[in-house]
Amino acid sequence: MTHEIIISGFGGQGVLSMGKILAYSGLMEDKEVTWMPAYGPEQRGGTANVTVIVSDEPVSSPILSSYDTAIVLNQPSLEKFESKVKPGGTLIYDGYGINTPPTRKDIHVYRIDAMDKAAEMNMIKVFNMIILGGFLKVHPIVSIDGVLKALRKTLPERHHHLIPMNEEAIRLGMEIIKEM
Amino acid sequence: MTKQEIIAPENLVYKKPELLNDTPMHYCPGCSHGVVHKLVSEVIAEMGMADKTIAISPVGCAVFAYKYIDVDWQEAAHGRAPALASAVKRLWPDRLVFTYQGDGDLACIGTAETIHALNRGENITIIFINNAIYGMTGGQMAPTTLLGMKTVTCPYGRDPKLHGYPLKMADIAAQLEGTCYVTRQSVQNVASILKAKKALRKAFEYSMQGKGSNLVEIVSTCNTNWRMSPDKANKWMEENMVPFYPLGDLKDKG
Amino acid sequence: MADKEVTLMKGNEAIAHAAIRCGCDGYFGYPITPQSEVLETLAAEKPWETTGMVVLQAESEVASINMVYGGAATGKRVMTSSSSPGISLMQEGISYMAGAELPALIVNVSRGGPGLGTIQPSQADYFQTVKGGGHGDYRLITLAPASVQEMADFVDLAFELAFKYRNPAMILSDGAIGQMMEKVVLPPFKPRRTEEQIAKECPWATTGRIGMRKPNIITSLELRSEEMEQNNLRIQAKYRECEKNEVRYEDYMTADAEYLIVAFGSAARIAKKVIAIAREQGIKVGLLRPITLWPFPSKRIAELGKQVKGILSLEINAGQMVEDIRLAVECNVPVKWYGRLGGIIPEPEEVVEEIKKMTR
Repeated sequence: MTHEIIISGFGGQGVLSMGKILAYSGLMEDKEVTWMPAYGPEQRGGTANVTVIVSDEPVSSPILSSYDTAIVLNQPSLEKFESKVKPGGTLIYDGYGINTPPTRKDIHVYRIDAMDKAAEMNMIKVFNMIILGGFLKVHPIVSIDGVLKALRKTLPERHHHLIPMNEEAIRLGMEIIKEM
Repeated sequence: MTKQEIIAPENLVYKKPELLNDTPMHYCPGCSHGVVHKLVSEVIAEMGMADKTIAISPVGCAVFAYKYIDVDWQEAAHGRAPALASAVKRLWPDRLVFTYQGDGDLACIGTAETIHALNRGENITIIFINNAIYGMTGGQMAPTTLLGMKTVTCPYGRDPKLHGYPLKMADIAAQLEGTCYVTRQSVQNVASILKAKKALRKAFEYSMQGKGSNLVEIVSTCNTNWRMSPDKANKWMEENMVPFYPLGDLKDKG
Repeated sequence: MADKEVTLMKGNEAIAHAAIRCGCDGYFGYPITPQSEVLETLAAEKPWETTGMVVLQAESEVASINMVYGGAATGKRVMTSSSSPGISLMQEGISYMAGAELPALIVNVSRGGPGLGTIQPSQADYFQTVKGGGHGDYRLITLAPASVQEMADFVDLAFELAFKYRNPAMILSDGAIGQMMEKVVLPPFKPRRTEEQIAKECPWATTGRIGMRKPNIITSLELRSEEMEQNNLRIQAKYRECEKNEVRYEDYMTADAEYLIVAFGSAARIAKKVIAIAREQGIKVGLLRPITLWPFPSKRIAELGKQVKGILSLEINAGQMVEDIRLAVECNVPVKWYGRLGGIIPEPEEVVEEIKKMTR
């Protein structure tokens, strides 16, 4: 199994940290992982994207031409990456950031209204984990347990009380994602 | 007296410091470097630090300082001696670490390294030979060349409109929080030589006590490139250099 | 962190952790994207409280490399890291260290140039690194990691080689390897050498005249030409030894290869993907990945040159290593170059197209 994912959105949406948690979860389950950010001068705002590869075999190129899954959280990201999803692959988008929805018919398109739901439930802080939950519903490449282990590993001790909220967010994402 | 009587140990009135070896110096007769080398050698020996000294030589006339004083030496790129010394002292905190630099090396190409090493409070001593001219390369204008002073690159005299103003590095150093001791000395007569030696000893001791960085400027002569006799150069220094670069301690936090 | 623990970290962070673990005595550096995590990680880890390693943020790359010179001249294991524009500033110090025969590690997490260029990854510093970016006849032992694991592993290796040959060594990486996170097993802890060990292993070092031995002098200066020629010849002889003993490379699917990609660092990672795609399409491609860029694996490339129908030098630059490949194969086989510039990394599909062109 090799799953090649691009996650793209605005800086500050938690794109990089979501990718990091996904990569860490892979590590917890003894998989090979690579996390490759498109790094830029932007600390906040601007576009941010990260390529995450989770595989049972050593990962070759961290830079890819096409992806098994694209998770896009704003319009520019959709425009950039819709065409780069492999035929039969997956595109996940948040309806909040997308004015012109994807049009490809040869891929599986999913919508997850994570931003609206996060605002409604006062869970903005774990917005990216709602997205991650949605992705894991479609492609359970790592288990929720793996993700929780990764969170325990990567979050500083003082933030461990937030782990249940993260778990809730993942489960919420799993519920609200829907195929278009 | 016979020769045997003259060289008998009980008749010894003066000798070359032990750390100063027999290599003939390349310095011009009348140059201040020889005197300062002697003082540095004496102070290291008197402090019992001959086996614990790491010295850094510059690019300029003193580039070959390592040939004359028998301690471990590193020869630095032009201006970078304080960077070398910073690392050496941090890696070997119980060693006596000093740099020996001229005005071109310290106050021009190495200004950044000098100011930052001093400002970090590195426990080192920077010995600064200021003779207001580039000696090794043949008498070009230095950052410390006085206004009106003639050199081969300001043959009509240093003009502030063309060349800017002479730089008072010790005054700058004294303003830095990291410096412990900043002094300006000279070596043109016995009294000044004795004072300069005391200043060097104090600086070295402060550096070993971890009190911060130390700058000992020696206002010096370059009779060759000044185109003067050694005697006249000393006099010219007293009359022209000293008023602009006044002697004495600028700072002593020790 | 316990020994042998698998963890996830950036290449830059791996450099810092490996340095602490391999008995490094001092790091001197200056911030520049995309390598700042090296200094940041060291500052956060506070090794001065554990191993006693010195960490200092210098006032410039010029000062950093000269601090490295000073530290190396005392026999300590010292290093710096930077990215391309900063490495340009260090060239003076690197040349002096080669001249004074000082061992040290310089890490270049390179980015696109020329000039201020871009902060995105690039391999455009190949010439600067292996042809001698500073003045004078010298060489830089150069290791090119292609993974975060190798970033960690090459720190100790680079120090070993630097001390073996008394010459600076460089890890030539790029922004992609520096910024990406992968699994890594950090090297085991190795204590810093004691004063006695340094005195024994580096009798040339300016440690102070321990036991009032004869003074040691570290300099690259020798005004007598006859002497200076001898110094140069001695250094050159050392380089010939290094060329004989230290060539390192990875052969990947070359046994049945009809076409060969030569690529180092992150380009070699892309090449592996290219090979997978090309082989699915029936084109037998292999990879020769130079691990040491100097000394260069010319001999192995020449051997493979006799086996394959064409060689593609895949580089993230305008074609630099391709010159060394052409020299290695002595025109016995067509050698093409492909690469992207300005911080753009070639994608596997576009490289596959280049391979296909070669087969026509």
